[in-house]
Amino acid sequence: MGLYRSHVLVCGGTGCVSSGSQAVLDALKKGLADKGLDKEILVVATGCHGMCEMGPIVVVYPEGTFYCRVTAADVPELVEEHLFKGRIVDRLIYKGEGTVADVPHYTDIPFYKKQHRIALRNCGYINPENIDEYIARDGYVALVKAVTEMTPDDVIETVKESGLRGRGGGGFPTGLKWSFCARSAGDKKYVICNADEGDPGAFMDRSLLEGDPHAIVEGMLLGAYAMGASEGYVYCRAEYPLAIRRLKRTIEQATEYGFLGDNILGTDFSFHLHIKEGAGAFVCGEETALMASIEGQRGMPRPRPPFPANKGLWGKPTNINNVETWANVASIIRNGGAWYAALGTEKSKGTKVFALTGKVNHTGLVEVPMGTTIREIVFEIGGGILNGKKFKAVQIGGPSGGCLTEEHLDIPISYESLSQVGAIMGSGGLVVMDEDNCMVDVAKFFLEFTQAESCGKCPPCREGTKKMLDILGRIVAGKGTPEDLDSLQYLGTMIKETSLCGLGQTAPNPVLTTLRYFRDEYEAHINEKRCPAGACVELARYVIDAKKCIGCTKCAKVCPVGAISGTVKQPHVIDQDKCIKCGACAEACPVKAIDRR
Amino acid sequence: MPKIRTLEDLKKIKESTMDLTGARSQGKTRIIIGMGTCGIAAGARVVMEAVMAELAKRGLKDVSVETTGCIGMCQDEPLLDVIHAGEPRVTYGKVAPEDVPRIISEHVVNGRVVNDKVIGRTD
Repeated sequence: MGLYRSHVLVCGGTGCVSSGSQAVLDALKKGLADKGLDKEILVVATGCHGMCEMGPIVVVYPEGTFYCRVTAADVPELVEEHLFKGRIVDRLIYKGEGTVADVPHYTDIPFYKKQHRIALRNCGYINPENIDEYIARDGYVALVKAVTEMTPDDVIETVKESGLRGRGGGGFPTGLKWSFCARSAGDKKYVICNADEGDPGAFMDRSLLEGDPHAIVEGMLLGAYAMGASEGYVYCRAEYPLAIRRLKRTIEQATEYGFLGDNILGTDFSFHLHIKEGAGAFVCGEETALMASIEGQRGMPRPRPPFPANKGLWGKPTNINNVETWANVASIIRNGGAWYAALGTEKSKGTKVFALTGKVNHTGLVEVPMGTTIREIVFEIGGGILNGKKFKAVQIGGPSGGCLTEEHLDIPISYESLSQVGAIMGSGGLVVMDEDNCMVDVAKFFLEFTQAESCGKCPPCREGTKKMLDILGRIVAGKGTPEDLDSLQYLGTMIKETSLCGLGQTAPNPVLTTLRYFRDEYEAHINEKRCPAGACVELARYVIDAKKCIGCTKCAKVCPVGAISGTVKQPHVIDQDKCIKCGACAEACPVKAIDRR
Repeated sequence: MPKIRTLEDLKKIKESTMDLTGARSQGKTRIIIGMGTCGIAAGARVVMEAVMAELAKRGLKDVSVETTGCIGMCQDEPLLDVIHAGEPRVTYGKVAPEDVPRIISEHVVNGRVVNDKVIGRTD
């Protein structure tokens, strides 16, 4: 292996691949070869850097120069100027907002500065398809340390000491969960990685699987060793082809090195890992439904107890953790429980990865210590609201979570603080909303999702969410009654209390929290037949300003339902009864005489 | 591929592959070569190649090699700077490929500045 003076890291996460990073990678390799630099500069495809909105991302080391939105056409200049002559290509550098001076170094960028990366430590830094790069970053040290120097109980104690809790959203203490499965009697035990990430807008697990798959495998190995499991599954949704491909390679490489298979490290410990591709049902993220799906049955939850730790996959003791939970384990074993527990709040330790999306300047993946405030995430890391609009709410925890308002911005994020205000940590989706978002519509959007994904087994979830959705549909159409709000509250509370699994128990959250914090918006829809944000189509009215209208007839021509009448060169009128609010007239009008109200 | 058994095995892989990720953090010692048009015209490329060859020969993996543009001392190109962490930046001028092994063994490895080639230092 030769010595390389410089490494050029090209992001190969799904976000950057779809914005064209493969072409950049190919052009770089060709450009360097043409210049005769290919022996001294290494080009590496990495996992996600998190700043997907600025992709494709290229980072040049040792300088740590962060280039964004690089295209194949930029590559010759990058090679000639930076890689050959050492002159940074200014125009491609990430620039902060407004007048802030250029910020060339990766770690100086505000988006990254406030982050503390443990789960994501290798994402965007190593080539995920090369096990040696993972080892060069102390990969598999924890496994060797555990298997050769620690008893299974030591491993569990260390995880307990770390305070790590389930990152899938439930927040159950991981070490305690492991101890249940470890104590459970059985000739065979299983560990499962839940990678059935289905929340709209969430992609933490996908990025981890794509960017640092060995960390997840190592975490599962440590869990298997601690609990005495000999077989494991990664349950990954089939919509993540790149993650699955990388995971397969990871399993091959780890098997080749003897980390997976029989007699690992020459001991009695054996562990075999399989991938199970999910077929796209959201409910399969629920652990009992997930196990049913692995067994080849229809993915439906069943009542607990018995808990998986006693009777799980094929009736054997089983432990299920989420991708992010597993991704933290190796670092905890390597650095010790106290190291991890030093971060975070009193009851919520360590860090949490969030997928920041919506009306925020920098969307992407962020990992912050527990106890960070929503304000810090949205305004400092995320760079504030898009187009200078006003912050309105943040939906935390995906479709199972709740909408929080400005008054919650300074709450330090932890499992407890979020559930106190009616939201949940969830898997880490953070959708930011501005003044143009109608909260009733947002609640309806999330409920539509959970309602469609309800498996239909228990009536509260099957029938109740449908009823709630009908009511919301009436409200946004301007046909709601004041009693509807009481019905929503009643139904929502009942569904939460009586549903069989987490899907139903959390599905009303977006409605209940918006009812609690944005009741005035519901009331405006019902009492005034008005959408304060102007987002609800059915409550909108298109009106032609007779003073501005020049009578060009364009609007009347584009109207698909013939709702506009008038004579040439005379102001036109829209028949509100016929209008379907498609907005075609407003777009066609050359003098902007048509307003949406 | 032999199966891994011990921490030692792992360490060996780590060491032999350190340069896979080593270049992704600034090394303890940095060597910076002037690659402006003046530097290139004066032969900076061959100096760079000599640096790479010497580092490879000695197996020095925590040294980063960077390039920089013209700093205005074109008459003294090729310029080569050595920066040890926490020490001033030492600039060598009119560096020929033959000088490289000496600079690396004396200054980079042993911390003794090669005075006859030095043209300046900055703190």
